[in-house]
Amino acid sequence: MTETRQSTDAPDAEALAHAKDREAGIVTCDACPVLCRIRPGRTGACDRYGNEAGRLVRMDPLVIAARAGRDGVIPFLGAGWDGSALSGATAFVTGIGAGTTYPDYKPAPFIVSSEIEGVEMVTVVTEGIFSYCGLKVKIDTDRFIGPECAPVRVSGEQVGHVTTAEYGSQMLSLGGVRHLTGGGKREGVVTCETLLTLANKGAVEMTIDGGATLTVQAGRAPIINGAREERMRVGCGSATIGIFARQWLGHADEVIVVDDHITGVLTEHQAGRFLDMRTSGIRVRGRRSTPGRYFQVANPGTGWGGTDITDPLAIIERIDPKLAWPGLRLLMVSTTGEHAAWYVLDDALTPVPAGMPPAIAAVVERIGENCEPALASVLFMAGAGGSLRAGVTDNPVRLTRSVRAALTRVTSGGAPVYLWPGGGITYMADVLAMPDGSFGHVPTPALVAPIEFTLPLADYAAMGGHMDRVRPLASLRGEQRVTPRLWNEANPWPLERPAA
Amino acid sequence: MSAVAALLPGGRLHLQHGPIDAIVKAWGEPAELRAAHAQAAAAFAEVLPRLCAELPLLRSPLPATTPEGSVARRMHAACLPFADRFITPMAAVAGAVADHLLAALLDGRRLERALVNDGGDIAIHLGPGQSFRCGIVADLASPGLDAIATIVAADGIGGIATSGWRCAGRGGRSFSLGIADAVTVLAADAAAADAAATVIANAVDLPGHPAIERRPARDIDPDSDLGDRLVTWDVGPLLRGEIADALEAGAAVAEACRARGLIRAAILHLGGQRALIGAPALALAA
Repeated sequence: MTETRQSTDAPDAEALAHAKDREAGIVTCDACPVLCRIRPGRTGACDRYGNEAGRLVRMDPLVIAARAGRDGVIPFLGAGWDGSALSGATAFVTGIGAGTTYPDYKPAPFIVSSEIEGVEMVTVVTEGIFSYCGLKVKIDTDRFIGPECAPVRVSGEQVGHVTTAEYGSQMLSLGGVRHLTGGGKREGVVTCETLLTLANKGAVEMTIDGGATLTVQAGRAPIINGAREERMRVGCGSATIGIFARQWLGHADEVIVVDDHITGVLTEHQAGRFLDMRTSGIRVRGRRSTPGRYFQVANPGTGWGGTDITDPLAIIERIDPKLAWPGLRLLMVSTTGEHAAWYVLDDALTPVPAGMPPAIAAVVERIGENCEPALASVLFMAGAGGSLRAGVTDNPVRLTRSVRAALTRVTSGGAPVYLWPGGGITYMADVLAMPDGSFGHVPTPALVAPIEFTLPLADYAAMGGHMDRVRPLASLRGEQRVTPRLWNEANPWPLERPAA
Repeated sequence: MSAVAALLPGGRLHLQHGPIDAIVKAWGEPAELRAAHAQAAAAFAEVLPRLCAELPLLRSPLPATTPEGSVARRMHAACLPFADRFITPMAAVAGAVADHLLAALLDGRRLERALVNDGGDIAIHLGPGQSFRCGIVADLASPGLDAIATIVAADGIGGIATSGWRCAGRGGRSFSLGIADAVTVLAADAAAADAAATVIANAVDLPGHPAIERRPARDIDPDSDLGDRLVTWDVGPLLRGEIADALEAGAAVAEACRARGLIRAAILHLGGQRALIGAPALALAA
């Protein structure tokens, strides 16, 4: 199966001479008489077997995901799987490596029946070739990465654009048919490579016209202009005031939350007013938006709250002697709590650094606690509503209707998908919920992604499914390239009917 | 794993063993086809084991001892005319396998025409009055029909082979010392075409050009017959004039091959430009 042993022949002189290869991680493949020695990360002469971190693996495996049964035993991850223990309760055939049938009027490569809790289910397993596909990328940062609609480029080719910003995040829309096949040859090739790398959980560096250089990888912190984004801020400066105002009341006379977007000043802010706080008379730089909310107190940077400020007092424009008073207690803090300083005004109304009281330090810590780690997330989006359906049934619209009615469950490499309302079978899937290496490509260029349709056998028959091609799960024992992988327990089990 | 023979839709025979993937297609009477397929499949079973038995010799630079096996001898013979430079019989392995399988297919059979496509290196048989139209794709990474060669029986062409810089892990299979996207050669048999395509593609080059990244072959494949020779790993942007210079260098070698009677024609592709050698012998359409 996947892990082919190294040759068991008695070592000859040549083999001994190559013994040092083992140190370099070279694996000898004994799948055929050529006995290729394969370096890590490369394939043998056939391209079918490769060296993955010192293990010989089949490069185009049909992936079956397995989970533990009631007895707690995962049936066939061990050696010597005899196929007999396979059931729908513990094994699910994914589309990864299933291949496709082209043209699509032929039945899908694998139409597998299995039983779970007395119900006979069918999973139609295939790989879709998607020209209509792309990635929606969410980057947790408040930094300016580029104007909306700006082209996103990789190696100089446009692969997508900046789209509508979301809460605490900048959004990119990458790929799509216009860049894959609608532009120049090179644009299509670069777009395909970009999508493939990101979808397979790899990192890609990209530049935005009139904006930043980004390194993006699903599930990892984004790197923006060379700086790694650590925390997603709890909110803008104004929002931070709104969240924590009551917790500061009685412990501080003024709080200024430094933020590149909107800096908040507590006693002037609606939240301070609501708590009847006395106006401090401390005025910050920048352009006042509404009371207690200031734009552009400094330039963007890597200092406090995404500004270029390293001394927070630099943003104070003046302190009104008619309103401020000696002994006034001032907290200055960033939107992530990473920066904070405590001051008390002296008789000349000058802020003097002082030891931060525990009650204040606790709230500063809480700001940090409420900041989530900044991540980039990548959703794959594609339309499976076209000819691919013919591999499932002779009457494709019935598949669409069945999916709409939630009788047929759609998964991608076993991962759940979000189905868009409206026509077609247009779905989105979180690439991190899918097994590693789920995606491939064809030179069209287009992406290849696994897709599975799971439904009760009776419904499949009624839909006009390819009943003559249904084969029991255990028959996959005869497939040479079956690879078992551990099921991602965070995903719902596709063979269990969704709760009504 | 042992050799596999399977009939594919459209009456094609698929032969696969280790790195060899060959598609056989023949035209003729059904009984003749069945017998021909059986002959090719029977011959195929022994191809890879016999090659592997002589692998160290086949990976040695020519001139060298003549090998024993019939495929190995075809490789040796096809590469020998180029022994004035570095070459090993491996340069013709795919074409020689195709020729060997085609010979087995035809042995005693009456077939109108036939082809054996071994991973892009193709042995062809044309009966009297028969022809093939052959599409040529210069860049596998972004395929399009870059040329069509129409081959008729009277052309005396029995093999077509293509070589380019894309190696394993970069969208291709074998290594090249040059930078050609694709050099397609038409010759009397597939082994001759294969060896010449390798040599001509090696000659399409811009030595020392900074946009060309080269790596020792052994760093990629520890068993490569090219040893520590630098093979092309990546080709960056080139100027139009540079592309023309590189093509001209390859075309000179191709023309010399044609003058020696080693090939009939060659089509060289690089960066969207092309050079043709011996084209008047063929009907070539863009």
